Amino acid sequence: MPYIDVDKNLPGIRSLMAFRPETAKPLSDLAEALLRDNTGLSRAERELIATYVSYLNDCFYCHNSHGELAVCYLDGNRELVDAVRKDYRNADISEKLKALLQIAGKVQQGGKSVLPENIENAKRHQATDRDIHDTVLIAAAFCMFNRYVDGLASTAPKDMSSYPLRAKQVAENGYGPHIYSTAQPQASSEEIHA
Amino acid sequence: MAYIPVQEGLPGIRSLVQYRPETGKPLYDLVQILLRGPSPLSPAERELIAAYVSSRNECGFCMNSHAAAARCLYGDQEQIVDDLLYKNNQTELSEKMQALLAIAGKVQKLGKSVSPQDIETARKAGAQDEDIHDTVLIAATFSLFNRYVDGLASFTPTNESAYEAMGKRMSENGYVFPNQ
Repeated sequence: MPYIDVDKNLPGIRSLMAFRPETAKPLSDLAEALLRDNTGLSRAERELIATYVSYLNDCFYCHNSHGELAVCYLDGNRELVDAVRKDYRNADISEKLKALLQIAGKVQQGGKSVLPENIENAKRHQATDRDIHDTVLIAAAFCMFNRYVDGLASTAPKDMSSYPLRAKQVAENGYGPHIYSTAQPQASSEEIHA
Repeated sequence: MAYIPVQEGLPGIRSLVQYRPETGKPLYDLVQILLRGPSPLSPAERELIAAYVSSRNECGFCMNSHAAAARCLYGDQEQIVDDLLYKNNQTELSEKMQALLAIAGKVQKLGKSVSPQDIETARKAGAQDEDIHDTVLIAATFSLFNRYVDGLASFTPTNESAYEAMGKRMSENGYVFPNQ
């Protein structure tokens, strides 16, 4: 049960954004600018960083929602997304992304945990200043989103088949106002039993 | 030295939002609405929550600048700020603010740390949904700002007068995106 009186038809951050549309607007603008950009880091890489940080913060709703977005951008490669969550060092991803995920993990612990050698390591693997900036801000932003979602005990859909359907909508439309106005899609019976 | 080439001399968050205005603008919009927009909490109370979370995250830049803004906004009650941050003395604060600060402290650790009892205590002290929502989002937002500022090793001024000037500006003008 959420700690405040939110729309019961919306899950997670979507219910909180609908509760307070004034703050929802800059929050969705931030997500759009950070996660939908394709310069330097791909959308899949950005969602993988978001998923990893949310997993470290034990935020079920965020790590599953953003994990499914990464799956979407990776043409259905759910194994890779699971591998990044569990042990990115041995996942089939670039050395650059491994170095950036290490930085993201440090940011999750605290800003001061990021060391000069972590930055040097990322640069050695061709990370640009902008890649490093975006990685730190994505990790920091999910330390906010995760706390917002869990700190108010918002609900997470139990029907796991709804996450890929919802991810497809976000992949198509971005992080616009539909985030806090469209109900969670429900899998049709054919899709469930397919 | 910051980890990325930001404009020299600009402190903390100001240097970072100018480096990447596409993300900087929504961050400034967020903090302006959250700390100055309509809320049952006064701007002074909201700045105090921001300074308290930043202090627990050991982010000197954010703590000192928001503490300075809170002092300006509390006016002749400015002692409240240092009592909380340096002595953990909350006796001058309302029961509601004490309960909300306890929630903010939990959010600083992790979202799941907030318990139904924390919420109940705040409600008994008169907190409404909007108080609780804004407290959690302020604490979560400063968990972002503190990590952004320190994670990129942005410049943290060390002289007190720099923060006094910042606090005065923040209390009078709010959060206006800095011009290039």
